[in-house]
Amino acid sequence: MGAVKVILSRELQSYFATPLAYIFIVIFLVLSGVFTFYLGHFFERSQADLTSFFNFIPWLYLVLVPAVAMRLWSEERRSGTIELLMTLPISTGKIVLAKFLAAWLFIGLALLLTFPIWLSVNFLGEPDNGVILAGYLGAWFMSGGFLAIGSCLSATTKNQIVAFILTLVVCFLMIVSGFPIVQDVLSGWAPLWLVDGFANLSFLTHFDAISRGVIDLRDFVYFLVLIAAWLMATVLVIDMKKAD
Amino acid sequence: MIQVSNLSKKFDSFCAVDDISFTVQPGEVLGFLGPNGAGKSTTMKIITGFLSPSAGEVTVMGHNVKKDPIAAQSEIGYLPEGAPSYDDMTVLASLQFIGKARGFFGKELQQRIESVVAKVELESVLKKRVETLSKGFRRRLGIAQALIHDPKVLILDEPTDGLDPNQKHQVRELIRNLSEDKTVIVSTHILEEVSAVCSRAMILANGKIVFDGTPAELAAKSDFHNAVTIRLGKHSEVVIAALKKLPNVKHVSVSSDDLITVFANDGQSILAEVNQVLQRGNCLLDELHVEVGRLDDVFRKVTLNATLEETTSEEQV
Repeated sequence: MGAVKVILSRELQSYFATPLAYIFIVIFLVLSGVFTFYLGHFFERSQADLTSFFNFIPWLYLVLVPAVAMRLWSEERRSGTIELLMTLPISTGKIVLAKFLAAWLFIGLALLLTFPIWLSVNFLGEPDNGVILAGYLGAWFMSGGFLAIGSCLSATTKNQIVAFILTLVVCFLMIVSGFPIVQDVLSGWAPLWLVDGFANLSFLTHFDAISRGVIDLRDFVYFLVLIAAWLMATVLVIDMKKAD
Repeated sequence: MIQVSNLSKKFDSFCAVDDISFTVQPGEVLGFLGPNGAGKSTTMKIITGFLSPSAGEVTVMGHNVKKDPIAAQSEIGYLPEGAPSYDDMTVLASLQFIGKARGFFGKELQQRIESVVAKVELESVLKKRVETLSKGFRRRLGIAQALIHDPKVLILDEPTDGLDPNQKHQVRELIRNLSEDKTVIVSTHILEEVSAVCSRAMILANGKIVFDGTPAELAAKSDFHNAVTIRLGKHSEVVIAALKKLPNVKHVSVSSDDLITVFANDGQSILAEVNQVLQRGNCLLDELHVEVGRLDDVFRKVTLNATLEETTSEEQV
């Protein structure tokens, strides 16, 4: 695991070597505040929970996580450093994992920095902090899912913008597959298992369950399996396409 | 030691490397020559395990690159084309990263960085960010990254590209000093570099090896090999006619500024014969020298031939 740690720490350092990381964190915090307090009617609801915060997190991640993921591999390919990295005596799998973990930790850090919202709710009332903790965990796992998709799609192209848009579209599909619109379209004719299958594919189905405080191991397993699958796909894409 | 056997690499329908085989022994410095797109970089990328071959095998120090890439890659120091490094890091941080990724930590890492920094003279820019470096320093950082683990096999893709003459000289000195027990492959466009640093030259064209030998043998393939160039004090048609009649002389050319070049048949030594003619004619000489051979001339001959053969054989098909 030594090599993973070395690459992970280089990646994390490079996030903070440019203003990019700080800009991302500021935008994330501002938007999550706006969503929670204005659009989520945090005060008007006068309930001591973070539902208004967690309701918007998937949509915030839909835009912001692809922005982090887009440079994961596109940048390495564009600058040619992928050749430096991939000829080190370290397996592709470890490199993919290390770069993913660095980005995931970074997004986790941004998420932790929303703690003032948690402080406010604790100051104003007596929320169920277990549910809130579950919500935070769920949000972090969901961001990992978005990120793994972005990692794979970023490996397919040298162009960061293309990577961003591809990731956004795929992540959007992963969110809406559990939506009533999609479900209604399906439920008219499709067998029940297909309808359920689509609903189960959705990030929202699993995230909502976790953020309501229903800790079902299967929801976490869903995200972990999803992450593992997309990271394996990343390894394949890189081995196939690293030359062009 | 590097063994390459029946190596091919196809990109879609384009064949970048076409069934080549060769072995490089420790102590050898192999110069890869060839026009752009000849397959030099592709071959190097396969040897370092970055690309996988379409067919054939490569072993580095006994490790099969495809089956055991990690073992092979630990033996190799590689400078990729264009010397890529992470722009947002300082020179020192870059070297620390590569060192750690190769498994060196603490005191050993520090010693290795110090020694490699001294070797390629990077002290003055250690704290600078890579994006602010000049081309020369960038290239040297790339070489330092390739040398940090003191590899047995060194693969350098155009190590002197973009350097000024002084820096080129430094890098060549460095490669020469390194090479005693190492297996080195250097690719280059610059032909003089081959005679300056390489013990063996290999010319690739259209993915095939069209020449493999010592730099001296390469020079001997030139029409100019052992040709005698003279400048007479006074122009004399008689002497030129006499030179033309010599048995081992192929032909004689006279340039517009009266420089006479006497070409030898099959690169034989003709200095003695030419000298006799000149003495008999009581010629005063302004200049006389024997040509070793012109590498760019051979290069053009060898690579153009290969291209011609390729097109004619395609037409026949």
